[in-house]
Amino acid sequence: MLEVFIFATLNGLVTGLLLFMLASGLTLIFSMMGVLNFAHASFYMLGAYFAYSISSYLGFWTGLLVAPIVVGACGALVERYGLRHVHKHGHVAELVFTFGLAFLIEEIIQFLWGRDTKNYQQPDILDFPLFTLFGQEFSAYRGFMIFISVAIFIGLYYTLTRSRIGIIIQAAITHPHTVANLGHNVPMIFMGVFGVGSALAGLAGVIAGPVLTTFPGMAVVLGSIVFVIVVIGGLGSLAGAFVASLLIGLLQSYAIASDVGMPDLLDLLGVSFERSHPLNDLWTMTLPQIAPILPFLLLVLMLIFRPTGLLGKREE
Amino acid sequence: MLKKLAPWIGFLATMIILPQLFSSILAISILNQMAIAIVFALAYNMLLGQGGMLSFGHAVYFGLGGFMAVHALVMIEFETVYFSVVLIPLIGGLFGLLAAIFIGSFSTRKAGTVFAMISLGIGELIAASSLIFADFFGGEAGVSGDRTFGPLFFGVDFAQDVEVYYLATFWVFVATVFMYLFTQTPAGRMANAVRDNPERAEFIGYSARKVRFISFCASGLFAGVAGGLFAMNYEFLTEENLNAATSGRVLLMAYIGGLGYFIGPIIGAVILTLMNSLLSNYTELWMLYLGVMFVLTVMFLPRGFAGFIMMHQMAWHHGKLKNLAVPYLITGLPALICLLSAVALIEMTHTQDEMLQYLGMSLNTASAFTWIMAVAITAGTAYGTRRSLGQLRIAWENANEPLTGDRE
Repeated sequence: MLEVFIFATLNGLVTGLLLFMLASGLTLIFSMMGVLNFAHASFYMLGAYFAYSISSYLGFWTGLLVAPIVVGACGALVERYGLRHVHKHGHVAELVFTFGLAFLIEEIIQFLWGRDTKNYQQPDILDFPLFTLFGQEFSAYRGFMIFISVAIFIGLYYTLTRSRIGIIIQAAITHPHTVANLGHNVPMIFMGVFGVGSALAGLAGVIAGPVLTTFPGMAVVLGSIVFVIVVIGGLGSLAGAFVASLLIGLLQSYAIASDVGMPDLLDLLGVSFERSHPLNDLWTMTLPQIAPILPFLLLVLMLIFRPTGLLGKREE
Repeated sequence: MLKKLAPWIGFLATMIILPQLFSSILAISILNQMAIAIVFALAYNMLLGQGGMLSFGHAVYFGLGGFMAVHALVMIEFETVYFSVVLIPLIGGLFGLLAAIFIGSFSTRKAGTVFAMISLGIGELIAASSLIFADFFGGEAGVSGDRTFGPLFFGVDFAQDVEVYYLATFWVFVATVFMYLFTQTPAGRMANAVRDNPERAEFIGYSARKVRFISFCASGLFAGVAGGLFAMNYEFLTEENLNAATSGRVLLMAYIGGLGYFIGPIIGAVILTLMNSLLSNYTELWMLYLGVMFVLTVMFLPRGFAGFIMMHQMAWHHGKLKNLAVPYLITGLPALICLLSAVALIEMTHTQDEMLQYLGMSLNTASAFTWIMAVAITAGTAYGTRRSLGQLRIAWENANEPLTGDRE
């Protein structure tokens, strides 16, 4: 029991931190431009594919360094030549634009790399068990994922709160006109933040590709969950996104590892149903079975009862 | 009066005549898809175009209506209930409406991003649960029925697709008329007001939430009708019919067609169905072209194809539309060649064969000459198009210049 719990916690932590790498960029972009970027998970997918191609020629570590930069450049170009152009048509057009972009990126990836799953491997140097607990191994690569995510989180936190550029970015979020009057190039800052956010998503893709498999559907799988996180955490709140990422990561991990379900609950209450009951599916469902829908259930409940999210600001 | 009715008579006549002109099995199946898509896209536009609510999960109402309709077909087959299958789209509509009443009761509280996110969440939730509740949704395999049972409708048993097409025509026409009439009711006008400025609408005494709720329910009803038509046509539904891909497709249709105009979604539904069924015969990459077309539409034609046509209203009223023909030709011709050769380049990159059949030509993908020619033509015509934009802009400004009489 304890071993299941510990491993579920560790796996939940890996997923949660990975999700935060995506959610942090998405939150930053949202608080700057007020637009939820549907294509964010597509940049994550681009990161994995670029890293796959680079690593097959130059090795994993070069891919880890170069792929996020390339993805960041793609993101900056999208902002400069796409989003900025659409901005004048209003928020709905921006949201629809990013939605279309997500669709297009998936098609472009299928065009360039094909529809099949890519054999993107973790580096040999990390292919050993980090530690063994109760006879189960925890791979070094997962430890490496935790390390990278935590490093990024600390780096991001210090850049945003302690450095001069971080302070300018924070000011540009709340008072763009004042910052522009002080002589800073606000559109340039927007482009930079969009690029860095995309690069973070790309980096998440680079390190997640070997574990979560690199295939054209990987953006769809993670994309909607990242949205859930950003909304549950509170739109625009970086701390909220962090809490929500871990929450969703752990929630899903525990739900999958558990083996309880409705039958146990019904046994506990002393109720029994026939197999032929019309709601049979409802009475026999188990927690691992519904694990994929838990985040969405949480999202809907959150939006009904607390639309501002966990740590979001009160709406004006 | 006749002038007002003319487009409707034209619409109905076109729908009735089309299967006489294109009577192959493939054509009829495309026409059926088109009919379903038109109702669905119009229902979606009630929400986004007229009500200002961006939904990423509208397939839920389409799918739930469709699933109930298939279950109704099964019930007719086993004689649990006794009525003619011509009423199946109504069953779909009824359950689309019920689902919309339930979900709309909490999701329409806010418009904008919050609404979009709830719709996304609900969409994912229902799509994922459809795989869990296998008794109702049939799991991966889906649910299937048979439309030929039940009492005959004037001797018609709907074994032929053409018969279904005429039934669909009837329902499409009825649904379209009602959706148009809805835009003319006070509820429809208030939906526009709430879309544009909810605060002002509240000040004159309307609850923005209630107005949104009414639009939402009406939209759910017609999405359900479309789902019922789908059930009638294909006789089976799967999880695919209520997942995010279907929701995305209807957004594409409405947007490409043009949100602000009633006729826009109809144009979008026709274009997308044709691309889906015809283009996919010629190329595996049609989804890529669709994606490019969609992104370009959002960027350069924010009001869609209908909006593009309507841009010419002023020039047409002034009788200056003919002045635009030559400038359009000067820009359009290189643009068309540029597009075609760019597509050729993409296809040449994608194909595995040495000889690519393209527009009646055989392109040798192994020879460097073909590649150089394709790149040169694409680049040359792209440059030509760009150079010609200036004269088009001048011609456009001339054509849209207010007449001297208007100024006084």
